[in-house]
Amino acid sequence: MTTVIDKDVRQPSRKPSRWAAPPRPVWEEKPSTAGVAGKGLVLGLACLAIVFPLWIVIVTSLSSRRTIDEAGGLVMIPKDITFVAYQELLSGGQVTRAALVSVGITLVGTLFSMTVSVLCAYGLSRTGSLGHRWILMLLLATMFFSAGLIPTYLLVQSLGLTDSYLALILPSAISVFNILVLRGFFMGISQELIDSARIDGAGDFRILRQIVMPLSRAVLAVITLFYAVGYWSAWFNASLYLNDQDMMPLQNVMIQLVQKQEAPVGLGQAIKTGELSGLAVQMAVMVMALLPVAVLSPFVQRHFKKGMLTGAVKG
Amino acid sequence: MSHSTVPRSRAEADTTEKTPVASDGATGPRRKGPPSGKLKLGLRLRRDRVLLLMTLPAVLLVLLFNYLPILGNVVAFQEYDPYLSDNGIVSILNSPWVGLENFQRIFEDSAFWNAVQNTLVLFVLQLVLYFPVPILLALLINSVVRPRVRAVSQAILYLPHFFSWVLVVAVFQQLFGGAGILSQLLRENGYDGLNIMTNPDTFAFLITAQSVWKDAGWGIIVFLAALASVNPDLYEAAAMDGAGRWRRMWHVTLPALRPVIALLLVLRVGDALTVGFEQILLQRDYVGPGAAEVLDTFVWWNGVRNQDFGYAAAAGLVKGVISLGLVLAANKVAHLMGEQGVYKK
Repeated sequence: MTTVIDKDVRQPSRKPSRWAAPPRPVWEEKPSTAGVAGKGLVLGLACLAIVFPLWIVIVTSLSSRRTIDEAGGLVMIPKDITFVAYQELLSGGQVTRAALVSVGITLVGTLFSMTVSVLCAYGLSRTGSLGHRWILMLLLATMFFSAGLIPTYLLVQSLGLTDSYLALILPSAISVFNILVLRGFFMGISQELIDSARIDGAGDFRILRQIVMPLSRAVLAVITLFYAVGYWSAWFNASLYLNDQDMMPLQNVMIQLVQKQEAPVGLGQAIKTGELSGLAVQMAVMVMALLPVAVLSPFVQRHFKKGMLTGAVKG
Repeated sequence: MSHSTVPRSRAEADTTEKTPVASDGATGPRRKGPPSGKLKLGLRLRRDRVLLLMTLPAVLLVLLFNYLPILGNVVAFQEYDPYLSDNGIVSILNSPWVGLENFQRIFEDSAFWNAVQNTLVLFVLQLVLYFPVPILLALLINSVVRPRVRAVSQAILYLPHFFSWVLVVAVFQQLFGGAGILSQLLRENGYDGLNIMTNPDTFAFLITAQSVWKDAGWGIIVFLAALASVNPDLYEAAAMDGAGRWRRMWHVTLPALRPVIALLLVLRVGDALTVGFEQILLQRDYVGPGAAEVLDTFVWWNGVRNQDFGYAAAAGLVKGVISLGLVLAANKVAHLMGEQGVYKK
């Protein structure tokens, strides 16, 4: 009797962990050592090609002037870790301001984009509603043509958006592709659920907020990331529509600092005299630009496939 | 509470066309209403007003920023003078018409043809060197059995897709620029430094390499999804028939990928005249327009920089019209191949 119970108790611990390799089917041949090694090598090299440059950038940004001078430029092996570069950049001045601008644009823009997109996607997900097909066509058609850079530029100027942060948000606020992904997901939610909520007296806004959105967390996370990355990475609209250097977001400051090799305003003196290396400052700006993205995207990663496919295929 | 009186549902819309007689038994959650197609317009408007209201912001944005600027392409037929007024639309109304003069100038401009040539060279190079990489990577990752290895390598490979082009170009500069790690290593070993970033001869390869670094990892998602949907019984059956590892890949795996590959290829060709605008614009100054000018940067340079709006708009219009034709043709081909839900990116 007791042995049976013991068996039952032990059962869960014998279950293979999530990370263990699944058992090989009997018909599959045992992988050769050379094959496994070759695969590992190629995959390892591919990953290294991505990680290695980032490693150098991060390590150099954390290095002191002496380490950088000894290495003759970029540093591969960290020696003495120092946060001087970040302290300088974040103690006010051009880069601090640019980072704040970027954070602000990203937050406000993403919130705006998500609100408009989710509303539109839900409005279009109840097929059979009035004009649903026409509105969908109107949106879809924009994926096949673009009005062109010059007319868009003239329009944004005519609207008086030049030198305003609205010029960085409004023209690129929605992506039709993202709306289609959301719509595809919303359409997959069982109609019975929505009907029963309607019978209980819920309106469309309430259904969207209390039923559809909680069921779509995965795709909402993915699309939020897409929009946020879009705003965080954008620089071209700022270079077109902003004239005031003080308004520039982080990416545009990075172009000046890293690509054109200009010293950040207010930091020139510290670089010339102090222990701070100009190279470390440049690398620190790059780290600031990549950090939010690199930290956030792995959390959303497992939803990518689902999010990308449900929307794109259904249309 | 904005509660609609007429039931509206996907099930209803799909089924009522076939079964127009609705049961009016008032009980049960799947009660069907009259076919929505036959409802009075006013009634449907009243029923769906909330849904229409929800789509309104997006529709307005699209009309304003995607459709309205199309009208602005008339400056391609004008001697547009931005200084006529401080409002672009007023300036358009007051600018003199010049007919096709701008287009004539374009076709006689060797810089334009240089941009066309660079665009096509980059397109072909990307097709040959970039396009196969995600497929090969997906096959590789798919053959890895250990979930942890798969998850970690996917996380790393996806990452650069989310970096901005500014960052990617900056990273490449740190690797291959005049003060980059490659030059540094060469100098330490007694060679001359090397600056790949400013070499016009290898610019096209550099651009392609950057695209591979940034987006090849992201591109594997579609292929992995296609591979995941393959029925494992097919592999077993093939193995029973004596097919080895490579034959199984050839006869089972690759056929599963074929529709996706064909579709993406078609769409890519439809998009041929658009090659990495931001990416190239960021590096245009390093190598000069001779090697780095593509159609998009040609429009940017002449319009935004030289304020020759009519000329730039004409070039943009030429590119836009040819692109639209290509996209529609590519879409047609995709439909012919039996693929639906074809959307550009």
